[in-house]
Amino acid sequence: MDELIAVLREQRPDIDFATQKNLVDDEVLDSFDIISIIALISEHFGVTIPPEEIIPENFNSAESLHELIVSLLDE
Amino acid sequence: MRRNILEYLEDISETYRDCAAFSDETESLTFGALRARARAVGSGLLQCGRNGAIAVFMERGPSMIAAFFGVVYSGNYYIPLEKEMSQSRISAILDGAAPAFMICDEKTEALAKELDYAGRVLSIGELMASKTDEEGLSRVSARALDVDPVYVVFTSGSTGLPKGVVACHRNVIDYAEALGAVLRPDARSVFGMQVPLYVDACLKEICCGLKYGAKTVFIPKKLFMTPIRLVEFLNRHGVNTVCWVVSALTLISGTGTLEKAVPRLHTIAFGSEVFPSKQFALWRKALPKARWINLYGPTECTGMSCYYEVPDDFDADMPIPIGKAFQNSEVFLIDDGVLVNEAERPGELYIRGAGVTLGYFNGFEKTREAFVQNPAHANYPEIVYRTGDIAKYDERGELVYIGRRDNQIKHMGYRIELAEIEAAAAKLDAVEEACCVFLEERDRIALCYAGSVSEKTVASGMRKLLPRYMEPAIYLRIAVLPRTNNGKLDRAAVRGLVAERPV
Repeated sequence: MDELIAVLREQRPDIDFATQKNLVDDEVLDSFDIISIIALISEHFGVTIPPEEIIPENFNSAESLHELIVSLLDE
Repeated sequence: MRRNILEYLEDISETYRDCAAFSDETESLTFGALRARARAVGSGLLQCGRNGAIAVFMERGPSMIAAFFGVVYSGNYYIPLEKEMSQSRISAILDGAAPAFMICDEKTEALAKELDYAGRVLSIGELMASKTDEEGLSRVSARALDVDPVYVVFTSGSTGLPKGVVACHRNVIDYAEALGAVLRPDARSVFGMQVPLYVDACLKEICCGLKYGAKTVFIPKKLFMTPIRLVEFLNRHGVNTVCWVVSALTLISGTGTLEKAVPRLHTIAFGSEVFPSKQFALWRKALPKARWINLYGPTECTGMSCYYEVPDDFDADMPIPIGKAFQNSEVFLIDDGVLVNEAERPGELYIRGAGVTLGYFNGFEKTREAFVQNPAHANYPEIVYRTGDIAKYDERGELVYIGRRDNQIKHMGYRIELAEIEAAAAKLDAVEEACCVFLEERDRIALCYAGSVSEKTVASGMRKLLPRYMEPAIYLRIAVLPRTNNGKLDRAAVRGLVAERPV
């Protein structure tokens, strides 16, 4: 989780990822961030997020994104 | 010969009166309704005088289009504004252009109050409820000339202040004709609109609707964060044509979406950025029968000036050319004051023709720098636009874009002056000096600065000052910025410093 937050901070140092819960729904992130975050996650964690998982529910918070990565690593 | 863009609207609203023209999540306007609304708005604006700038600050959607045409019906010209441009940029535009009136909707009215705007705010709701003044609108129409402005669109300026490009009816009519010949839309075309309405890029959809009866569906911005849902949206609305920036297309191809869902598009126009060959190949495979058209052009020449329809046998490893000039435009290259005729020799790209706009708003000096006498002759006055872009001809005689002459970059489909980002950084307290560079290979903007505040503080400060696409992705605080021997900021050295930073 800490590693993920560090990765997210690289993309957007201005956001407090520990507390934000509506990153997509409140348009805190934009499409450019999403693409960058997907690329960063692939680089750091070695998982490819499939397109059907690129939905607000998975990207709204660092927590949900973490759960997604864990479940993808388990597969 | 047409002399006013409203003639298109008058004609099309007769032919396709009950056909959908523009729609979004909340409303749908037919051509007939668009005309009626625009004429009501125009009537309400008749009190505002003639040939003046009127800002339109609204939520992107069909009503904003009606407001644009309403302004034109009143004999004035519009300055499009949207909240995502950031408050400080909107303030800078309003300060510089000082429009006496600004049209707002319910959502932007509250924002307008925070802007310290000196003019009068008009409500779009009230304007649309105005009684149509047929006589008044006819009087305006009778006096209208094709050299009167339609809009002022603001682009990034090197002094840190946005530059307003003034386009007239002749420019937009020429564009509608030339673009139509390239895209070949018809009344069955359904455009999925990705671009905002405060840039000239949105003219593509507007012109194709007005001239050919094509329908435009506004795509909610949020969908560009969920590629599968985006494709489903396109197919649900019958979208068959898109004019998108490349990064919107690669959002779909780069996430593996095309293996799961394919949009039913037959015409795809793209531009403003290099299309990565791997991504282009994925799209081509998914939509082998579609037409793929690369467009190129500066705001100063009304939208687009060059096109290249990618042939089936195109070598995927080559950069996609920008091709040839639109009809009634000419594009030429000048190197060392001499016209370039041979292949592979780079030169600066100049554009001439009816698409060359009137120049910059309140910017005579800037206008004289870029709108210049045709360097190919000195026989009579002929103003051409000097783009600052460097291009060359390939072996087949197609133009290929190379890069910028100065410090202007293309990022996320937008034209950005790095100096404008530096100027924003300089506004922040405790930032002493800043240097902005663009890392092409990583497609990232980086800001290196000297000062007593943390990178995080600077990042959040910049966030308030700049539109999202201009915000640096990388920040680096150092004690002193590197300089060259003659005391100038050493951009190459800064580039080296930030290149080591991870993203």
